[in-house]
Amino acid sequence: MISKNRKFNRRSLLRGAIHGSAVVMGLPILQSFLNDNGTAFADGTELPPCFGSWFFGLGLTPGRWEPEVIGSNYELPEHIAALQPIREKLNIFSGLQVFLDGKVNQNHISGAQGQMTGIVTKSAADYDESFDAIIDKQFGANVRFRTLEVACDGNASSGWTARGKNGKTPCQISPLELYRRIYGEGFIDPNQAEFTPDPEVMVRHSVLSAVTEQRQKLMTTVSSDDRSRLDEYFTSLRDVEQKLAFELERPAPLPACSIPLIGDEEIGTMVAQVQNTHKQFVTLLSHALACGQTRIFHVTLGNAFSTLRLPGEPSAYHALTHEEPIDPELGYQPKCKIIGEQCMGFFVELLQAMDSIQEGEGTLLDRSVVYAFTDHGEARLHSMKSLPVFTAGSAGGRLTQVFMFLQKVMLQHELVSLSKKL
Amino acid sequence: MNFRIAKEIKLSLTASLALVVSALPFNSAAQSSIDEDQITFVKLTAEQYRNSIRDIFGESIQISGDAASSGVRVAGLMSVGGRRLTLSTSEVESYEVLALDIASQVLSPSRRKTLIPCRPQDENAIDNACASEFISTVGLHLFRRPLSEDEIENYNAMARAATDSLGGFYVGLQAALVGMMVSPDFLFRIERSVSNPEAPGTRRLDAWSRASRLSFFLWDTTPNPALLEAAQSGDLLFEDGLNQQVENMIASPRIEDGLRAFFADMLAFDRFDTLDIDTTLYPKFTKNVEDDAREQTLRTISDHLLNQEADYRDLFDSRKTFLTPALAALYGVPIPIRQEMGGRVPWVPYEYQEDHIRIGLLGQATFLSLFSHPGASSPTLRGKAVREHLLCQTIPPPPGDVDFSLVRDNDNPEFRTVRDRLTEHRDNPTCAGCHMLMDPIGLALEVFDASGVYRTLENGAPIDTSGEWLGQEYNDVRELAIMLKEDPTLTSCLVQRAYNYGTAREPTRAEVQWLNTTHSQLRNEGVYWRELMQRISRNPDFYTVSVEASEGN
Repeated sequence: MISKNRKFNRRSLLRGAIHGSAVVMGLPILQSFLNDNGTAFADGTELPPCFGSWFFGLGLTPGRWEPEVIGSNYELPEHIAALQPIREKLNIFSGLQVFLDGKVNQNHISGAQGQMTGIVTKSAADYDESFDAIIDKQFGANVRFRTLEVACDGNASSGWTARGKNGKTPCQISPLELYRRIYGEGFIDPNQAEFTPDPEVMVRHSVLSAVTEQRQKLMTTVSSDDRSRLDEYFTSLRDVEQKLAFELERPAPLPACSIPLIGDEEIGTMVAQVQNTHKQFVTLLSHALACGQTRIFHVTLGNAFSTLRLPGEPSAYHALTHEEPIDPELGYQPKCKIIGEQCMGFFVELLQAMDSIQEGEGTLLDRSVVYAFTDHGEARLHSMKSLPVFTAGSAGGRLTQVFMFLQKVMLQHELVSLSKKL
Repeated sequence: MNFRIAKEIKLSLTASLALVVSALPFNSAAQSSIDEDQITFVKLTAEQYRNSIRDIFGESIQISGDAASSGVRVAGLMSVGGRRLTLSTSEVESYEVLALDIASQVLSPSRRKTLIPCRPQDENAIDNACASEFISTVGLHLFRRPLSEDEIENYNAMARAATDSLGGFYVGLQAALVGMMVSPDFLFRIERSVSNPEAPGTRRLDAWSRASRLSFFLWDTTPNPALLEAAQSGDLLFEDGLNQQVENMIASPRIEDGLRAFFADMLAFDRFDTLDIDTTLYPKFTKNVEDDAREQTLRTISDHLLNQEADYRDLFDSRKTFLTPALAALYGVPIPIRQEMGGRVPWVPYEYQEDHIRIGLLGQATFLSLFSHPGASSPTLRGKAVREHLLCQTIPPPPGDVDFSLVRDNDNPEFRTVRDRLTEHRDNPTCAGCHMLMDPIGLALEVFDASGVYRTLENGAPIDTSGEWLGQEYNDVRELAIMLKEDPTLTSCLVQRAYNYGTAREPTRAEVQWLNTTHSQLRNEGVYWRELMQRISRNPDFYTVSVEASEGN
């Protein structure tokens, strides 16, 4: 099915729970998108909400990141102290668990898969539609790029988004390439006075429209297993067609839009390299949101088996979580704790980049929701419990539970019960 | 070879269309049954895309970059995973931009003489006849089958619309060409199957799809004129015609392209995309060395299996290889440096001395670095790679709640080598089952660090490379390699992977039986690459799509 016909609702997001494989994430975010007020952004009088997902591998040091007080009067523990500058726009969730529903725990995969798709599958190759794709269907096509996905470790396969069961969406790994993609040929500054549709773009658009018309013919002869793959290809083709259509229309003025500058890139897995790549990506993405180029993004710091490394350290982060001894005096793995804290610092850089873009009385972050998730609670043990989750922004006030620390352990039967009520 | 092959083939459009009408019933019902024709498809790899463009339009066409892509390995092969994948928005976006660039090169004034089969009456207006000729000729090669009249008219309409909007006949052709290059008929290997009268309950590929399967299997590229001609005539559907094509293709030097693509997949060369050996710890492992290592492995395999026509098993204890000065420095061996005109340093054939420790594929920097951590060797990763990639075995994922910290506790004087640390690890009954399968193989390779440099000590302690393989004891990697090459699992894995690579799916029960029989015969007669390719390509089941396989996609 072409996506525009799909409706976004709580039931569709929780289909994993309905099928008996439940996870607890998603509910806070759902509250921001699932009410019926979402039509307000379509009339042009209000800037529309944006959604971003941000993945950091290997969790945080257990027992050292959870605030002691539930509610809004909490203090940030040292492990996540980096979040302080953005505390007033942050939700912290603890006690979250991904349920395997009898499946084997595919270490470093099942946890993130469960959160992004609502279901844990037997094989990683069966990865299915992620919930940002469902949000995308709700948001519609009035942007140039339906979604933008980036990976900061040089690995195009590191991301966690998928449009269907036909493979995860590849990520862009080069900030320079992303810059060219967004601000290169086809970019129209929404604040420029002059606008003339490019006749070459018109021709490109009509060519893609004509190719899209082949869909029906092919769909009649394809096997049922392949039908969704072919359908997904034509949806991708339609996206590019719509991108060109977007470039043929005068965009509405967006005073907060500006074209960012980025420096040289050095892609790699050293923490400093990842940080630099991440910084460039978040700059580009936040400006792309402010310029109306997209409304959905996905950032991953690294792949499921995080390859981030500290200078001079022979083991990558993933290996460290398993191999670094717990310091008997400190009670934790010191190097792992350092990298975990640095990841929190990167998260703040994303949020600050979005919060620094002023849009009227609010900021870009205010009209967005950013969801940060990880693969394990205690990575050393491949734990599926106590996964740290953060959200930031309020989607223009649509997010009802705002800016506090919430501790909620939800069990599978509770979710199934809840989903039946929806 | 280039686009001129279209002229050489001299396909009668009328004849082609007649065949298409019989082979490609586009209007069959949505719910296919065994009696109805059906299509399935496999995503074209970046290399197959490049090879196809090169072979259709010539080597002078520049292809500026690949679409960002992510693959998935299924049953040990990315090619099998390709049957599960589609194209994301960013990939289609990249392919459209790539198509624009390629089309502008193809239609550039300097190339029109050779790449356009006709001349328009007026370069500033549409010429339907010439446009149709171009579309049908190019389309035959891009789609690997003739286009129907409707398709030709559709692309002609694109050309007309573009000519009307932008002016110029060639601008119109450019638009039509872009349309064809973003079509699923080009970006996927579409396989059409028809009911198989010889085996009720199964389907077989039609002649055009046979040509494609054969060509991408043996040459990793689009079918050449001879193959298309055999498809057009229907010869490919019969034993004699098929065998003739197979024989010609296997005798061609282009068989090397297919061999390289297969081994790059089987040996997990996709890991090169994210290989990150720490050059502060391993300064010799530069980007040049990494590139050379990759080429060394493919060059060694290719020379061994094709030029020397040697047995696959001998790759594992062969002393012959090819080196560059950079690789020779990494391996610590002297090679004569030959400087050719223009300053390019050639590859030098090299043979290690009789007692040299570095032999076979496992002693090459490719295998050693791809299955290491960025800053340390990993007996576990290397052992797992041998089991999974060379022996087609599956190692279960590690359990949770395991303390690995001893494995990296270099400060403990009791555990100076990784063997000491892993021995402690293997004493844990939860871990022992799998680590006993992986670690002994990897420990034999511990004399090579993460970059492939030879060493005898780890943290000042001598490295012990001894172990046991199927009840036989070995002292070092040389003895292990000899035992490994005698293991029938090594060769059955090759036969199975090669077959699955060609079909891009896992075998059916009937095919497993054929594979077992073929493997037994090859083990006795010699596991020779051309022989293996010939047997697979001539096997009628290779072109059969059973209901089981179709449903199992």
